[in-house]
This record gives sequence, C-alpha cells and structure tokens, in this order.
Amino acid sequence: MKNLLLAVLAVAMSCTLLHAQEAPMQTILQEQSALILDNSRRTVAPAIAAVSDSGLPQAQDVLQAWQAKNLWQRSADRLFFRGEKVEGKTYALYDFDSGEVVGEAPSSELKQIKPNSGIRALIGSALVRFQLQDPDPKRRLAALTSVQRNPSAEVLPSLRESLAEESDPEILAMKQRAERLLTMAYDADEDQRIAAMSEMSGDLGVDVRATLNPMLSTRRAVFEGPPPDTLNIPETLVPGETIGVTEAYDTLVAANLVPARVTADEVRNALAEHIVGGTVGGVPVHRLDDPDIRLQAYAALAQEGKVPPAPDTAQIAQALAAHSFVKVYLEPSARVTDAASEALDTIALTVGANQTFDLILDGLSLTSIYFLAAIGLAITFGVMGVINMAHGEFIMMGAYTGYVVQQIVPNHTASILLAIPLAFAVTFAAGVLMERLVIRWLYNRPLETLLATFGVSIALQQLAKNIFGTQARPLTSPSWLDGAWVINDVVAISYIRIAIFVLAVFFLCVYLFIMRRTRLGLETRAVTQNPSMAASMGINLNKVNMMTFGLGSGIAGVAGVAIGLFAKVTSELGSDYIVQSFMTVVVGGVGNIWGTLAGAAMIGFLQKGIEWFNPSNTLAAQTFMIVFIIMFIQFRPRGIIALKGRAAGD
Amino acid sequence: MQRAYQGRNRSTAIFLLLLAVFTLVVTLLSEGVGIGMVSTSFVKTLGKTLCLALVAISMDLVWGYAGILSLGHFAFFGLGGYMIGMWLMYERTREIVVTSLADAPIPPTAQEVSDAVANQIFGVVGTAEFPLIWTFADSLFAQLLLVVLVPGILAGVFGWLAFRSRVAGVYLSILTQAMTLALSLYLFQNDNGLRGNNGLSGLQNIPGLTEVPQALVSVWFFWGAAFALAAGYLLSVWVVSGKFGSVLRGIRDDEARVRFLGYPVEAYKLVLFAGTACLAGIAGALYYPQAGIINPAELAPIASIYLAVWVAIGGRGRLYGAVIGAGFVSLVSSWFTGGQAPDVPLGFYTIKWVDWWLVVLGLSFVLVTLFAPKGIGGLFDLLERRIAPDRHGADLGPDQGALREKEASE
Amino acid sequence: MTTLLEVSGVSVSFDGFRAINNLSFQIGAAEMRAIIGPNGAGKTTFMDIVTGKTKPDEGRVIWGERSLSLLGLSEARIAREGVGRKFQKPTVFEDQSVQENLLMALKDRRGPFSVLFYRPQRAHLARVAELANEIGLSDQLRRKSGELSHGQKQWLEIGMLLAQEPRLLLVDEPAAGMTPAEREHTTSILVEAAKTRAVVVVEHDMEFVRRLGCKVTVLHEGSVLAEGSLDHVTANKEVIDVYLGR
Repeated sequence: MKNLLLAVLAVAMSCTLLHAQEAPMQTILQEQSALILDNSRRTVAPAIAAVSDSGLPQAQDVLQAWQAKNLWQRSADRLFFRGEKVEGKTYALYDFDSGEVVGEAPSSELKQIKPNSGIRALIGSALVRFQLQDPDPKRRLAALTSVQRNPSAEVLPSLRESLAEESDPEILAMKQRAERLLTMAYDADEDQRIAAMSEMSGDLGVDVRATLNPMLSTRRAVFEGPPPDTLNIPETLVPGETIGVTEAYDTLVAANLVPARVTADEVRNALAEHIVGGTVGGVPVHRLDDPDIRLQAYAALAQEGKVPPAPDTAQIAQALAAHSFVKVYLEPSARVTDAASEALDTIALTVGANQTFDLILDGLSLTSIYFLAAIGLAITFGVMGVINMAHGEFIMMGAYTGYVVQQIVPNHTASILLAIPLAFAVTFAAGVLMERLVIRWLYNRPLETLLATFGVSIALQQLAKNIFGTQARPLTSPSWLDGAWVINDVVAISYIRIAIFVLAVFFLCVYLFIMRRTRLGLETRAVTQNPSMAASMGINLNKVNMMTFGLGSGIAGVAGVAIGLFAKVTSELGSDYIVQSFMTVVVGGVGNIWGTLAGAAMIGFLQKGIEWFNPSNTLAAQTFMIVFIIMFIQFRPRGIIALKGRAAGD
Repeated sequence: MQRAYQGRNRSTAIFLLLLAVFTLVVTLLSEGVGIGMVSTSFVKTLGKTLCLALVAISMDLVWGYAGILSLGHFAFFGLGGYMIGMWLMYERTREIVVTSLADAPIPPTAQEVSDAVANQIFGVVGTAEFPLIWTFADSLFAQLLLVVLVPGILAGVFGWLAFRSRVAGVYLSILTQAMTLALSLYLFQNDNGLRGNNGLSGLQNIPGLTEVPQALVSVWFFWGAAFALAAGYLLSVWVVSGKFGSVLRGIRDDEARVRFLGYPVEAYKLVLFAGTACLAGIAGALYYPQAGIINPAELAPIASIYLAVWVAIGGRGRLYGAVIGAGFVSLVSSWFTGGQAPDVPLGFYTIKWVDWWLVVLGLSFVLVTLFAPKGIGGLFDLLERRIAPDRHGADLGPDQGALREKEASE
Repeated sequence: MTTLLEVSGVSVSFDGFRAINNLSFQIGAAEMRAIIGPNGAGKTTFMDIVTGKTKPDEGRVIWGERSLSLLGLSEARIAREGVGRKFQKPTVFEDQSVQENLLMALKDRRGPFSVLFYRPQRAHLARVAELANEIGLSDQLRRKSGELSHGQKQWLEIGMLLAQEPRLLLVDEPAAGMTPAEREHTTSILVEAAKTRAVVVVEHDMEFVRRLGCKVTVLHEGSVLAEGSLDHVTANKEVIDVYLGR
C-alpha cells in the first residue's frame, strides 16, 4: 500500500516537474515506469512497444541502453537516464531527450534496470526496426543477417516497414527475400502465407527449404478412441505396421496412460536382487537361462508385490487397440501445410533437375580424369599391344616432377606451366628407356610384358618412397584455379576440374593430330596393322615402337601433374589409378581413342551415378562399378567400340 | 609296355622326402617339442611359408599349366582365411563371454550370450548385431566347408562369366585383378559384416586350446601346413600328370587346337580355376591362424601379383618350382624387410635393405623374366642336362600380326 | 548315297568384304572331295564356318542323319559330332610327347571329370601304337613332338586326326612341305580314310589332286564356280580364266 502511494506520488511529481513537450521520451518512460521496474518478461511488452512506437528518434537510444543494462533510475526523482561509468562507482547520467550529461551520481543513489535475457530478446526484436533503417548500410546488413538467422513473427512488420526506405538495391533484394520467407512462416493471414509459398516454390535456395520444412514438422499424439477432427493430421499410425509395437507402447507409457514395460535387462536385474536361498520366485537360479522361465519367476515376484507387474503381450495388445496413434502437424492450418508440402514438392523437382545437371558435370570431370590417366595406356596397350603395369608409376613420376618444379620455382602459375612439359619430357625419357631395356625383348609375349613391367612398377614405387618419403607431398594449384564456378545453390564446379577437362580435350586433339596428320602417326598405324609389311616398306619398327611408347608414357606424366593438383602426391598415386585405367581401355575397346573416351565416360558416369545413390560410401561405389564392368565385358567382350572381322583376330 | 604319361615320380619323391626331413628337423629344433633352437615365431614363419607354397602351387596350376595368369588367387587365399577366422573369432569370444558371465548371479540366456559376443566382435564398427553372413560362425564344420565353398563358388561364378565370353590372355588377367580390387574394396567397408578394415584378429588363440602354449600350437600348425602341402602337391601331381594335365598344357600352348579336338576348353578352365581357388582357400585357412590377424589389405591386388612373382621366380610349369619360388622369395623378403640384413655403407650413402629390398626385388624380377623365364627351377634342368625344345622356335607364319593375337590368347 | 554335310546359301562378310557368297556344298558319308581355288576364294573361311570358328551371316549348315544344324554349336561340340580338321601349318602340342598328342586326340569322352579320372587302358595304348605305325612314328613315341621334323609333325597331325575317328575330315594343304615319297604315303592314307568317311581336301597342287582321283569343287570369290572330275573342271573356260587371269 505504501509502495503504491509512493508510485502515485512519483507520477504526480514528475508531471509537475516536466513538461511533456520538452522531454517526450522521459514522459513515456515515466508512464511505463511501473512495467519497466517490474522487470518481468510477461508484462514488459507494452512498455517496449510504447518506446519503440513513440516515433521519437531517441527511441533507439533508449532501447539500446535498456538492452545493454545501461538504463538507470535516479532514486531521488525517479527519472530515467543512460548511465556511463566515470570512475569507481560514479556514473555520468545522460538525458535521453537532450542527449546531454545532466549530472553524475554514485551508484548508491541510482537504481540499475537489469533486464533478464527474455526481456533483452524482446528489446532486440524491437531494436531491429531501427537497425533495419539505420543510415549505415553495414549495420542494416548486419541487422538483416540477424533476422535471417533468428526469424520471428515480431520482426516481420519492422522488415516490411523498412522496405520502403531501403536505398541499396542489393540489400533491398535481400530484404524482399527475407520478407517473403518471414511471410511464409509467420504472417497472421493464411492467404498471405500461401501466396508467398506459391511465389517462392520455384526457388532453389536452401533458406526456402529451411523455412518450409519446419512448417511440416509433426509430433506424435495418442488418443483414447479416435483423434479429434480439429487437429491437422497427416497420418494415422498403425502399431505393427507404420509404427513399431514397442515404440507405440512406449508412447503410451510416456503419456502416462499405461504401466511401463519391463525390459529383459530389468527382469534380470530384478531377479538378481531377489535371490533367496538359491531360488527366485520359486524357480531355482540355475534354470534362469531361459527367457520364458525368467518371466515366470518375475511374475511370481510381482504376485508377491516385490516388483512392479510387467504387462504381458495380451495387455500390450489391448492397450494399443484402445488407443489411436497419429502424427499431428504443429501447424494447425491444413491449408498452410498443404501449400507448404506442395511448394516443397515443386522445389524438390527443380532441385532434382539441377542435381542431375550437377551429377552430369561431376561425371564429366571424372571422365576427363580417367581419360587423361588412360590415354597413355590406350596408346601403349591399344596401339602396340603392350601391357604396361608401370603406367601408374609414370603418372606418379609426372606428379613428383610437378612437386620438384614447385620447390624450385615458387610462382605457382609459372611452375605449373613449366611442370607440364617437363613432366612430359621426364616420363617420355623413362618410357623410351623402359622400352629399350625391357619391353622390346618381350614383344609378342604379353603376359611376360605384364610381369616384367610390374617388376619395374614395384621398383619405381619403392624408389619414390626412398627419395620423397612416405608422407604426401603437396602440389599446389595457382590461385586462379582455386574456387569454383557456382551456378546456383545446387550446381557448382571447381575451376581445377574445368582445367582438367580442358587438358583432356587438348590431349584428345593432340592424339588425333599425331595419329592422322603426322608421319609418326602414319607409321604407327601401319605398324599396328601389319608390322612385317610396314617393315618391308622401310619403316623403322624400333623407332616407331620407341616413339609410341615414349608418347604414351609422356602423356601419363602430364596426367600425373593434373591428378597431383587435386589429389595428394604419394608413391601410391599411380596404383590408385592403374586398375581404373585398364578398365577404361578394356571397356572402351582396344585400339581406338574414341573407345577409350567412351570407356572413360562410362566408368566416370557410372561411378558418380552409383555414388549418388549412396553418397557416404565411395568404396561401395567402386565395388559395384567393377562388378558392373565384369558383367559388361560379358556382353561386349571387345569393348564398346570393337574392331570387327578378321582384322580383330581371334 | 611303355608308361603312357611321363609322370614326375622322381621329383615328387624327392620333394616329399625333403619336406618330411624339413618337418622333422624343424620339429626337433622347435621350442614346443624339441630343443628350442628355433623360436616359436620362426616356426610360425616357416609354417606360414608352407601355406604360401601351397597357394603358389595352385597358382602354378592355373598359370604354369593352363596359361591363365590369374591375378586373383591370393584373394581366394584371403577368403579362406576369413572363413576360418569367423569361427575362430566367434568361438574364442564366446568362450570369454561365457566365462565372464559365469560370475553373474543369474545364468545368461542364449540371447544374452549371443548379444554379448556380437557386441565384443562388432563394437569396433559400431554395431552389436550379427550380420547374416555369420549365420554359421558357431559351427566349425560349416565354416570349414565354407573355406572351400566360398572361394570355389566365387571363382566358379567369375570364371563361368569370363570364360564363356572367351575372355583370355591379358584381358583375363586384368579382369581377375579388377575382381580382386572389388573384393578388397568391399571388405574395406565397415558395414560389410566382416569388421571392415579392422579385419579379424586374435586368430592365433585356438578355442578349446587356451591351456596349450603357443609354442606347441605353432608346431601343430606347422605339421598341418606340411601335411596340407604334401597332400596338395600329390593331388596336383596326380591332376597334371595324366591326360587332364596333357589337355591343360594343350590349352596353354594352343587353345584353338584343343577345341578342334573336341575338348570343351571353357569347362576345363572353369574346373581348374574353381578347383585351385578351393586349394588357395585351404592354404589361407591354415595360414591366418598362424598369422593371428587378417584384414582387407591382405587381399589387395598387389598380393596376387606377388604370388605370380613367386611362381615366375621359382619356375612356372613345374610344381616344385612354385614351392621353391614361394619359399625362397617370401623368406628372403622377410629377412631383408625384417631389418636382419646388414646395411651397406657406401660412404656417401648407406643402403638400408628395409628401403631398398623392393627395388632389388622388382629389378631382379625384370631380369628373371628377361633372361631366365624358367626361373630357379630351370637350374634343375641344367643339372639334368635336360634341354627342352624351344616352343617359340617355329616359324612365325606369314603374318606377324596374326601371331601376336594367337600368343595373346596363350 | 546319304548326305553327311549340307551347306546351303551361306554368306559371310568381314567389314563389308564378302568372303563367302551364297555358297552351297554337299558331301556324302564316304566320299573324297578336293576343293581348289585361287587365294581369297574362301576355302579357309568355308572350313572355319563348318568347324564353328566363324558364324555365317545367313544360310544353313546341316549335319548327319538327324539333320542337326551346326550353326550355333561350339567348336568343341562340332568336333565331338565328328568333324576333324587339319590346319595348313602343322599344329601339334610341341611341349608334349608324340604319345601324349595321340592319346589326347584318341576318341573318348571329352568332359573334364572323365578326363581327370582317365587312365590309359591297354586297348588305347595299342591303338596309339597302331596309329604310330601307320604314320611312321613308332620309334618316336616318347619324343617331344617339338623335336620332330616338319614332315613328321604333319604326319603326327594326320595321325591325331585319324585318332579322333571323325566322320568328316577337313584337310588343309596336307602335302605342303613333303617329299614325293611322303606325298605318296599321304595320298594312300587319305584314300584309305575316304572309304569309311568323308574327306575334304583343300589343295593348290594339281598333281596331288589328280592323284587323289576324286570329285573336285572349284571355289571363286566365295561361291562354287564349277564341280566335277578334275579333267572336267580344268576344261571349263571360266576356271581357266580365273586361274590364268590371276
């Protein structure tokens, strides 16, 4: 009673002391003083609204001070000020209306308003309105970001209000988008919400889906008898079919409708606690290794009242039959949920189409990698009939060449441009050396070539380990290859993969040029078709074999640089690609570059396709791919593009 | 009457005699039974080597005799190991679980035991349920059967698919390598029911024999491996010395000709491929209890290629060659990579064999292929002054291109 | 005379080139036939079709009393039906002894399991010895066939063919690289064989064909140009054009 009197007195005093025209904000604060001092989340809203709706420029200051716990009330005259610490426990007091310091006071003469977190959040929402219209675009943007992060119904009017004032077109677009999203979620008018949803239903943005999805969130509810019609129910759950029996019963237990189940563990523990003289509930302990007998013993204990009774199967079934289980939308309006799920369906369709496109891009990039890795092999295996198991190690040599060049030439662009021809040269030389020393002694003995080149492969791999160590070495791409070309929220492709695609096309052209337009190509084709005839025409078989092998190995080296850019350079780099490369050549059809391309495309797209079904498991994708290839060979033993007739031999 | 087929009785007898003597000597020197000069771990190494010799024999049958360069036989070996490993691991874990649950106030139900075993075995891959493929893991007999059946059926299905579409030569080699890669990638997956890359472990603890020291168990396994090698060798000699062997070598040398004689070449290849896969599975089932652990890395394609290397170095096309190759290369390899070989100081650089052994092996393999295609076994021919005709000496025909194709199908 | 093999309307082409063009051919159960023709006439391809090595694009190949179609059967199955083939180049298993070669060819069950449990019986060895005697290799039974001379390899291959006991023998240039005496012997073996089975001989050597004294079929560009006795066909103007025109 005394307090009330004092409050009335204070209001009366302030009215006499202040003129509303001179200090409008202070007047409002005094009007709301009771609510402000009450400091309760449930009642404070009108006070905040009064300040923020006052239309006064000072409103933002007040709210900010209030939120930051800088709002102080002078005990003497009950006026509100913004307090700023001067020294010790002395505070400078700023008047909100004039913005000037009106005095200093020790904290003992002041009362700090300490809003709790709930109130601060309310103030925050009210502040958004001012921040969204702040003259500084950065602050507007920050406010918008916070709206996007913590959307709520309260900010919607403020957001709409700020649209008209917005001058920056970018921010305006963002604000409009945020407004649509908030309308979908929070507008009081159902029609508005549904209209917004259909408007946004073609949009691929993750934010649209993130806004729509919660609208369709459900809870599980249980009713005795049929559920009431008033609820928005998408699905009725049938125990044993759409919901597990145990799960359904546990739902009943959670709703306190039935006694709890007793799990097998609880039965065992309860029995263990009640062993008396070697028996439990009349059953000897040694017989308790059978679950049925355990239940009997437990039932006996329950009869004695020592343990809570366990519902048996019949009781559970009865309880389930007596109740209906439903999913209930948290959103009460069926029209809204229907519109939301329709919008989501439309979006899913668009997303699907874009994902397919993305998958095609992925497949294309994998295709170019496999093609690059296999093209050298296609030359040595396809054109010369030589199996080079060390092909993978040539790829590795190329990658290490790139690494070494980068140690010497620090500029990444220059070093890559230097590394590509150098890698070609190094592996070309290695290939020619191997052809001279090993392979030419083994022509016409393919299995032995396979084994001998495998020996070379072991030696080269271990040699690389001895020189460069076992840890992965980095081959850094130039900065202009970093990043990705982002087409929309779903489709993106990294520049490095585009570069590899370009490289693959380039080498396809180089191959075609060499084979069709140069002397070497002519001679190679002649040797491939009929070596003895070619020799009798004056073609130097040794030279042609040497050059072809060198060319195949050199391209492997360049592929190594390309692969090194996105994979780690280790001594095992090559062996990771060798089987896939062989598969590419075999699946494509030996002796034909287009076959190799087709093989690479098939393997690349297949692997990406399988990965799409099970994205978490690339191992499974590779397994299935190989199994598929083994099956494929059944139907086209000579590959996709096969030579026909006598020329192919038997 | 002349003998119809030139059996290799003399080399078989010598081989068996040497194996018996070797077994006896190792037994007498072992820790478990004899005077203890040979450590238990070395007995295990020798026992494992005998198993490798057995799988090398199976490789020699397919490659040396029938000309099918399979790059998948070590995968069959590993599968055999996995099959026996499942029983060993299940039964051993069950023993431990039963022992620990015996202290509980209430005797465990069968379900509780099974759950606890599953939890022990599969906790590491985040599940606690027995996958379907462990259905028979509680039965030694069933798993022993699977040791033979699983590799045999896999090889059978693969071989049927490959041979019926006439995939041969290097194509077949690459396809078998792809099969091996697929299998090892599959085994690397954690959700495949075989503990992913953790593999199966603790296989050296034989259920029911916990009281027996490893020194003794190792000798028993050594005997088992020696017996299996002797039996496998005899079986292989029997297979290759008769008409079947004659047909196999015919397939190796001129597949089309054998076909025109009326022999269903594909069926022969299939029987041999699947049969040797079973043999490889048995070898693996004896190997991995001695090794103690099996994981998917054991089945990687490289292992199957090494198998081909052993047979090539030992001398393919003769059974004792395969045994020599497997024994020699694997023992020498473990000597060099085990750090026992002394380093070679060159002043400016010290050759550490641990690092350089593979380089030497790879290069010597190239040299063997180039200069000694008969491998170590060829030395015995020199001893006997037995010089075989040069099969490749005949004229190459009018068109060398045609020859390449023909040889490719060898 | 019953027809053993009937080839009718068979065509096959390789990459657009018609190797066999609407070829029809018949042979009886016990008949000798010589096929002559210039290079590229389709002689070898004809044999490939009959033995199942090449699948024709169209036409029929009918075999035996039961009128079995040979198309779609595997080479091994056709061989088991009784078609034996001798290649131009002697193809014997050089790594194996003469006896092993002959035993492998000897008519018997061919399945892998029956072969696995096969152990040569006295009768089989006796038959091998008999064959070896016939082809003059009795002393060479234990030798590796790779060590034999070119002519001996030809003999061995003929012996292997006889061991197969085929109902139809397809022989590609049997006399190539043989001495006159060896040719004589070959002729007598083939003539003898033709008494109980069909024999088709592809040969360039007219003298050899004359000695066989049988009906001759002339192939040209994948089809039959003329058929009849050697004198008859050599008098044919078209045949003369084809041979001399080359």
